[in-house]
Amino acid sequence: MGRYIVKRMLSIIPVFLLATLFTTGMIHLSPVDPAEAYLAAAHIQPTDEILAQKRSEFGLDQPFYMQYLHTIEKVIHLDFGKSYMSNQPVLNEVIYRIPATIQLALTSLLIAICVSIPLGFFSGMRKNGIVDHVSRLISFLGASIPTFVLGYLLIFFFSVKLDLLPVEGVGTWEHLILPSVTLAVPLIAMYTRLLRSSVSEALQEPFVQYARIRGLKERSIMFKHVLRIAISPMLTGLGVNLGKLLTGTIIVEAVFSWPGFGRFFIEAIFNRDLPVIQFYVLMAACIFILSSLIVDLLQLIIDPRISRKEGRQT
Amino acid sequence: MQESILQIENLHVQTKTPHGTTSLIQDVSFEVGRGQIVGLIGESGCGKTVTSMSILHMLDRKTTDVTGSITLQGRELIGMSERAMRSIRGKDISYIMQNPMNSFTPVWTIGHQLIETIRRHTTVSKRQAKAKAMDALAQMNLPQPDKLLNKYPFELSGGMLQRVMIAMAACMHPPLLIADEPTTALDVHTQKLVLEHLNQIRHEYGTAILLITHDLGVIAEMADQVVVMRQGEMVEKAEVLELFENPKHDYTKKLLAARPSIPAVCPI
Amino acid sequence: MMTKGKNLFSHQKLISICVVLLGLLLIVTICAPWIAPHDPAAVNLAMKLKGSSWEYPLGTDQLGRCNLSRILYGARVSLGCALLIFLSSLLIGLIVGLLSGYKGGWIDHVLMRICDGIMAFPNLVLILGLVGIFGPGLSQVVLALMLVQWVYYARVFRGMVLSLKEQNFIAAAKISGTSHWNIMRKHMIPNVLPPLAVIGTLEMGWAIMDISAMSFLGLGVQPPMPEWGAMIHEGKSYIQTNPQLMLYPGLVIMAVVVLFNLLGEALSEKYGIKRRV
Repeated sequence: MGRYIVKRMLSIIPVFLLATLFTTGMIHLSPVDPAEAYLAAAHIQPTDEILAQKRSEFGLDQPFYMQYLHTIEKVIHLDFGKSYMSNQPVLNEVIYRIPATIQLALTSLLIAICVSIPLGFFSGMRKNGIVDHVSRLISFLGASIPTFVLGYLLIFFFSVKLDLLPVEGVGTWEHLILPSVTLAVPLIAMYTRLLRSSVSEALQEPFVQYARIRGLKERSIMFKHVLRIAISPMLTGLGVNLGKLLTGTIIVEAVFSWPGFGRFFIEAIFNRDLPVIQFYVLMAACIFILSSLIVDLLQLIIDPRISRKEGRQT
Repeated sequence: MQESILQIENLHVQTKTPHGTTSLIQDVSFEVGRGQIVGLIGESGCGKTVTSMSILHMLDRKTTDVTGSITLQGRELIGMSERAMRSIRGKDISYIMQNPMNSFTPVWTIGHQLIETIRRHTTVSKRQAKAKAMDALAQMNLPQPDKLLNKYPFELSGGMLQRVMIAMAACMHPPLLIADEPTTALDVHTQKLVLEHLNQIRHEYGTAILLITHDLGVIAEMADQVVVMRQGEMVEKAEVLELFENPKHDYTKKLLAARPSIPAVCPI
Repeated sequence: MMTKGKNLFSHQKLISICVVLLGLLLIVTICAPWIAPHDPAAVNLAMKLKGSSWEYPLGTDQLGRCNLSRILYGARVSLGCALLIFLSSLLIGLIVGLLSGYKGGWIDHVLMRICDGIMAFPNLVLILGLVGIFGPGLSQVVLALMLVQWVYYARVFRGMVLSLKEQNFIAAAKISGTSHWNIMRKHMIPNVLPPLAVIGTLEMGWAIMDISAMSFLGLGVQPPMPEWGAMIHEGKSYIQTNPQLMLYPGLVIMAVVVLFNLLGEALSEKYGIKRRV
């Protein structure tokens, strides 16, 4: 099993290389000259001299492969450059802002898991029952409604009309509710759907019948046998769609003025703050790699078939 | 006169479909006594599995109608609540599934599943249950029971799983054991072992066995009595020797005639 | 997953209803210049933030512009762009898919790896990244969406080519005497249309969602162009006093996306095709 983990970690390297290649190349694809963008954000009047100086500072006059190597070197040292907007190291900006995003993301994930597991499970158990119809409706609407529309609808009902919760900002747990619920809804839609189909598939399996034939209690069968098997595809979905969580934070932070990294990223796009943009793309790639790794590891724990097979193959 | 363990009288099973009611089984009656093996034979779809499922009350209560009488050691099973049936299944009636490879839950070890069954029906501790499980495996002459308990179903062959299933079935010393095609898809050597196990169970514990199969060779070797079914009806019922020498019904005669005189599979 | 309406309607009925409604939407969109009561860009500060009336059926916004007209013209932007994106990514997907399928070898391998990468990556992050490179603006958003959506079509076309290769249809044609074109017409194209229809419908729905999300963020449509997401962005500040500024475009976006999703799901149920989650 250890060898399997090492193998997976090694497969990260090509993706990492590709991501850094992309971020290096990004600068050249952009119609904007990074030097100009920097000067514009710093409100310095660009003269040819200053431009040339900045360009060589950024290493733009060097051949591409040198720039690429530079980028890799800097990334390994966790040097992501300085934000054009604030002139602070990008890493500092990130550290300052990311906790808020993480708080939001984790809360939403928690809500999503707590709601979708029972909903998906009971939905798959009694297909075409009331719970099933409700959950299918939620799944469908949750996937079809744009996140920002949902966010404002919730604000409209709970903040404006009912005055129960604050409209925007941070501080108390009350501020956290609406944003995390908004972010959780598309996740719930997806996970419920996944669990529902895998539960209903698992119920058809012969081992469920055999468990009944052995006289096991229904509750035992449902939780220890059916759920255990059915949760596996949902876990895969969870990991694979961590990306949806990321996307969601960007929009939710914009809607609720949540001071997280997503909002900062949007500002960076407006201001053509290339280092921040580069960092975000790199971070997204890392999250993507990490999440698939975590999911694989989780699968290993839950489904012994995989670990034993891997053990035999190596 | 042997003590009667299972008594089936005038069993009728009907199912309600969108197109009306269809009769699955009509008027089936037979008896299995203590330590006896009754073979239930017939082609696919003749109602063998439906019969066994109705004994266990596993048919869908909403769509099937079961009438008649099925008594286990004097207790009437038809009409029993699902809850009561659950206590009987696995303890008073054990069942051996046709396809052992798919019958175990893939994510739990077979030891876990064995112990779980034992603890469901008894009040023993986990350690005691484990000992009982190892004992059951040893009784069936399965090698290295302690290692076996830690294996996952996918790590064992079909034949091995079948034998484990029998060990599990015998472990609770049930008065009745139903074996559904226990030898299909097994190699000849394992088939022999399986049949030996079944014999062992009925001799040692006095378990009544209902042996469902389409293999006449198995019937000839194992059964005391034979029930022949066709399209949901009982066509003939006789002692095994009597059946083979003096088949009365045309269908039975056809079945016997279809059997090749030389075994189709020669032992390697 | 079965559509909500499955118990009430058969798939075919649901598909027909959706197609009819979408057709209506299309007609309304095309006829917007004739249907809209006012010029969507006509600023009239005297009439700002009014409620519904005969003259302004959905009221006015903070610059006195007619909400209904803006919504109708907004449909042109959203649907027009969605259609454009669909057609161009279809074309790119066709080229890449055919290339990948015919050539095989390392070209196929590389292209498919790129497809996997794009498919696995969250859509919006990719688009934001691309917009970060190109700069904000509607055409940039459309370009970004084109660059992201072609992968799904490429897969379908590549599959078609691969099955073509397998069936060795040239030999078959010679034997049976049918022309290549006939075989393609009778076997290949009917096989390819259902997945394209499913993917196309769903992708168009997503494109509309993404365009409005980007405009909402301020990165897509630039004022004064009317677009649903942008209208929500502009109406943000008035949520307490005039929520209808956000409500109307929001509901419209929701309705249109729901329509596309319903249709896509009904089609995928009918043809038994799985689509991306």
